[in-house]
Amino acid sequence: MSSLRPHLSLDRLGSVIAVLIGVALFASPFVVYRANRIVAGEGRMLTAALPPAGALGIILTGIGVALCAALLRNPLPRLAAAILGLATVVPIVGWSATFVTPLGNTFARVSPGLGFWLLALAFALLAADALTRLRLGPWVRLAAIAVAAGAIALLLLSGAWNDLSLLKEYANRADSFWQEARQHVWLAFGSMAASCLVGLPLGILAYRVRRLRAAILQILNIVQTVPSIALFGILIAPLGYLATHVPLAAALGIRGIGAAPAFIALFLYSLLPVVANTITGLNQVPAAVTDAARGMGLSPRQRLWQVELPLALPVILAGIRIALVQNIGLATVAALIGGGGFGTFVFQGIGQTAIDLVLLGTLPTVALSFATAIVFDAIIDLTRRGPT
Amino acid sequence: MSARALTFRAAALILLVAFITAPQLFAFVFKPLTVNDAPAIYNHGSLLALTLSHLRTVFLATLASTVLAVGLGIFVTRPSGSEFLPLSRSLVNIGQTFPPVAVLAIAVPLVGFGEKPTFIALFLYGLLPIFENTLAGLSEVPPQALEAAKGMGMNARQRLLQVELPLALPVILAGIRLSVIIGLGTATIGSTVAAKGLGEVIIAGLQSNNVAFVLQGGLVVALLAVLIHDGMGIAERAVAKRLGRPVDEVA
Repeated sequence: MSSLRPHLSLDRLGSVIAVLIGVALFASPFVVYRANRIVAGEGRMLTAALPPAGALGIILTGIGVALCAALLRNPLPRLAAAILGLATVVPIVGWSATFVTPLGNTFARVSPGLGFWLLALAFALLAADALTRLRLGPWVRLAAIAVAAGAIALLLLSGAWNDLSLLKEYANRADSFWQEARQHVWLAFGSMAASCLVGLPLGILAYRVRRLRAAILQILNIVQTVPSIALFGILIAPLGYLATHVPLAAALGIRGIGAAPAFIALFLYSLLPVVANTITGLNQVPAAVTDAARGMGLSPRQRLWQVELPLALPVILAGIRIALVQNIGLATVAALIGGGGFGTFVFQGIGQTAIDLVLLGTLPTVALSFATAIVFDAIIDLTRRGPT
Repeated sequence: MSARALTFRAAALILLVAFITAPQLFAFVFKPLTVNDAPAIYNHGSLLALTLSHLRTVFLATLASTVLAVGLGIFVTRPSGSEFLPLSRSLVNIGQTFPPVAVLAIAVPLVGFGEKPTFIALFLYGLLPIFENTLAGLSEVPPQALEAAKGMGMNARQRLLQVELPLALPVILAGIRLSVIIGLGTATIGSTVAAKGLGEVIIAGLQSNNVAFVLQGGLVVALLAVLIHDGMGIAERAVAKRLGRPVDEVA
């Protein structure tokens, strides 16, 4: 395809990316310096943020990637350029933090600036575009996300980022960070598991009994429409009543405010995608297949377990993926009602206008839901191709 | 629509309007939830004013996202924008893994407290569903319809305005509805960053440990969202019907 075009034509998307890189390199601060963690910051351009060798390295890498993006059309070299760019800029911003912080000053904070974020965005866009065009198989995507996770873990463990404000916020809260992380995962994945236990049978029932179907879906639709914090609020009143009047409930840790209303709300939210997709998946099983199964003498129960559910599996998994990603995001709101999770840092950060604390809550949430989405998409593809 | 469904909606709407305009009438319902003689009805501002400012934020933000998202959707489905199409689809997928609260939270340190971060978060997050549905709607236009339009001598602009957009309209409207619902929820959380809205009632209740506030705030927001969702769904079905297209029932 590329051989049919003149060799040096400009790629439109690549040109936009090249412009982004240009703005990032020459017109935006690479890092932001603050004298302490909450005062307003001052931007430092590349040349002031790094020793000459480092600044030159980033400028050359940026220009190289920009040229690749604008001139090359083959996705493979574009992907390689994007990865090289990320692998250069991401560790170097940590070096820049060390360089900018005055020696021995423990109050000063350095955060990545607009220039860093624009560079990262430009490289990530280029990588995303190349990956989309390459149409990788599910195993390759799983391997890629594993490598990316490993690289991030290596970066964080190596200490290269330790002088960045984000990691200083983390260092102050290392214990509570992992506690909130467990709480977040428990809220999002635990409520999802509960919702599968209830939602799958409910979906099968709604598929079998037509009269129930519309009613169940309508109720779940209404639940899905209610904004999260409103649903938390509505649940607080009855749960509080339960806690004060039923000793057993209080003994189980159920209180009006806290994780219980959040868990129940997330459970209710995830029911709709699970139930709706179970019904759709079962509906899509071709009649010829069920007829054949019946002809082979399979009982209704055997048909369900050996024929219908396996064929409906990819659609059901797609529902679980939607619900999980939604849950991981909504679990951040749980912190408002004392339910814990990464939202704790987000709302503390908002209260203190400390953007790095906000990021300490936001980045893990986004990473978790992003990884979940990729892993589930790959599993769904695998079950689609799997043995039938 | 059956008569029963209609009365149900009318009753819900009347209840909501009555509560927002004259909440004191309902004080007896919430009184048992309070302790130490705390007020049963939110008393730091009128519910009507909060509701109106909540709705105004959502309306303006959705309007802005609609203009930009539909414009972008049209651009990437034209030949001149086709190089952006594969990336657009992945970005829509990636963007949805980003929680709306995160957008709000990151906006605060950048633009400060108040309506601004809420508006930005609503606007940015609202782009996704509308853009996605514009893409879906425009790419689902049957090629025969486009061929026929071409055969009738329509130019690209006429085809877009008279054939493609009308055919894609129900799907685009569904995207706008989704945006509005997400926006209503995000605007509620916006009260934590001092935006005027109904979230204020819930937050005030949480801070003063007044379950009555939390419950009434939750109920008003919930009812508002359900009624708006429902009303927009009715409008969508009316549009689809006028186009003579099969109607997807709520699934």
